[in-house]
Amino acid sequence: MPASVAITGIAGNLGRKLARILHGDTRVIGFDRRPLRDRPKDVEHHQLDIRKARVEDVFRRGGIQAIAHLGLKHDPRDEAAEAHDFNVAGTQKLFDIAARHGVKKVVLLSSANVYGPAPGNPNFLPEETPLLGAARLPGFRDLIEVDMYAQSFMWRHPEIETVILRPVNIVGPTVRNAPSNYLRLERPITVLGFDPMIQVIHEEDVCRAIALALRPGVRGVYNVTGPGEVPLSAALRELGREPVPLPHFLIRSVVKRLFDARLSSYPPGEVDYIQYLCAVDGSRFVRDTGWTPLHSIRDTLRSVLVGR
Amino acid sequence: MAGIGDEIQERLRRWTLELGGPGTRERLEKLTPPRNEYGVDPYGFDVDFMQAAAAPVLWLYRKYFRVKAIGLENVPGEGPVLLVGNHSGQLPFDAAMVEAACLVDKDPPRAVRALVDKWVPTLPFVSTLFARCGQIVGTPENCRRLLSAGEALLVFPEGTRGLNKPFSQRYQLQGFGLGFMRLALENGVPIVPVGVVGAEEQAPAILDIQPLAKLLSFPHFPITLTGLPLPMPVRYRIWFGEPLRFTGRADDEDAVLEGKVARVRDAVAALLARGIAEREHVFW
Repeated sequence: MPASVAITGIAGNLGRKLARILHGDTRVIGFDRRPLRDRPKDVEHHQLDIRKARVEDVFRRGGIQAIAHLGLKHDPRDEAAEAHDFNVAGTQKLFDIAARHGVKKVVLLSSANVYGPAPGNPNFLPEETPLLGAARLPGFRDLIEVDMYAQSFMWRHPEIETVILRPVNIVGPTVRNAPSNYLRLERPITVLGFDPMIQVIHEEDVCRAIALALRPGVRGVYNVTGPGEVPLSAALRELGREPVPLPHFLIRSVVKRLFDARLSSYPPGEVDYIQYLCAVDGSRFVRDTGWTPLHSIRDTLRSVLVGR
Repeated sequence: MAGIGDEIQERLRRWTLELGGPGTRERLEKLTPPRNEYGVDPYGFDVDFMQAAAAPVLWLYRKYFRVKAIGLENVPGEGPVLLVGNHSGQLPFDAAMVEAACLVDKDPPRAVRALVDKWVPTLPFVSTLFARCGQIVGTPENCRRLLSAGEALLVFPEGTRGLNKPFSQRYQLQGFGLGFMRLALENGVPIVPVGVVGAEEQAPAILDIQPLAKLLSFPHFPITLTGLPLPMPVRYRIWFGEPLRFTGRADDEDAVLEGKVARVRDAVAALLARGIAEREHVFW
């Protein structure tokens, strides 16, 4: 493990969890616009926007060996131009600083959803698959751009170990992302007659995967899979949900209306994820790092029920 | 699973065992695909669901099409294999019958996965039914992965060109795609030619309304004699030929592969010719 790790987005649920795993063994330096409450004493926090010049000053003081970049905004309600600048320009600034100040490792938390669901997808998408997730979900454009920027950073800076992690749907007791929130609905909308296989990973497992990627020697683009694949219907049954199936030719206009009326936080493009496959092949990460998730499929799914 | 109640599923499974004949339960128990705590393999194949869903298929197999399977011993009992056959009949009952033959008339049975068109996952219910029964979208990645796991795949290299061809072209093999041969070469997998006799007459198409097909984003829109693409009770005879093995580079030019593909096509054509010569009648 590197002697010191900077975590962006440390005040988020994943950031806090990662800090808790890393601190003690390593010096943790957090960056977030939000305050960091109840932090362990040895965790240093800078309440800053990563685009601010003062971020570089923290790096100038030296000693930061690695960055775990988790601080991206995904909320479809955010103002698009501002979110875009924060995500894309912010990442570029941060990575440039890393290159100037001798950081040896950069880990970006991307997502397996960047590939995008499609009826013709193979059952397990490899890392080489084009990133088409924004085709019908414009909100993914930022993440895809950041992912691609990190890919170009990888060859521009061979002296830095760049890792792009594309984990499957992260769920857990504290996570508030679209897949977790969907599984928390008592009566989730489903697409009548469609039941794709979905992949989930527990928030703690993702943090362990990030910790694994921070180790010296690991570099490259990796899909990160959890304990396996499950039909969407079985996942909803496991959680005791009562799905509301809507025919595929109606569902998008219904979801769009609900979104526009602010009755739901799911943009219509999300429907693709409950209609078609977007599952990935995680064998490369397993082979290169010995990755194994700790939580079973059942534990992982049921974790969304905890902590409400 | 997939909206079918447990009781109905159980009843269907009993029907499957009954239609399969004596010893079916013991034979089917030899099928042990990997499965997680939700009863599915990573592709969504649910062997319990499949045994229930097989009941109506087996009814067609035994009672309606009265399928006679010849040469099943040519299908290896284990290890990767490509079954390559002629495709016809407007709706892919031929695939279901080939799979049923390998399931109930072969010991030990083989759960053959048919490669389906990219169009199938856009269809409600059908997409789910097919996935739970082990059918897979025929992308090269999927095939590679399944063959290296030692699975049996069923390929119709004519695709919908064969499936939806008009009645006037029955038993005339359409152009074969080359993809299956690249897969066979790449993975060193034997090819078992399959000739399905009977399906070509089950739903005679007289017209293919392309504009309507485009409108509905269907590959074809055939109009049959009965108006609907439903099959008549023709008698199926499915001939499995001896395995063919090929050597060479998987990424050779098309022209090189075409020669090898032609040998498979000829083998299928020979099975069809023999099957037609030896049958007494289309319907019995």
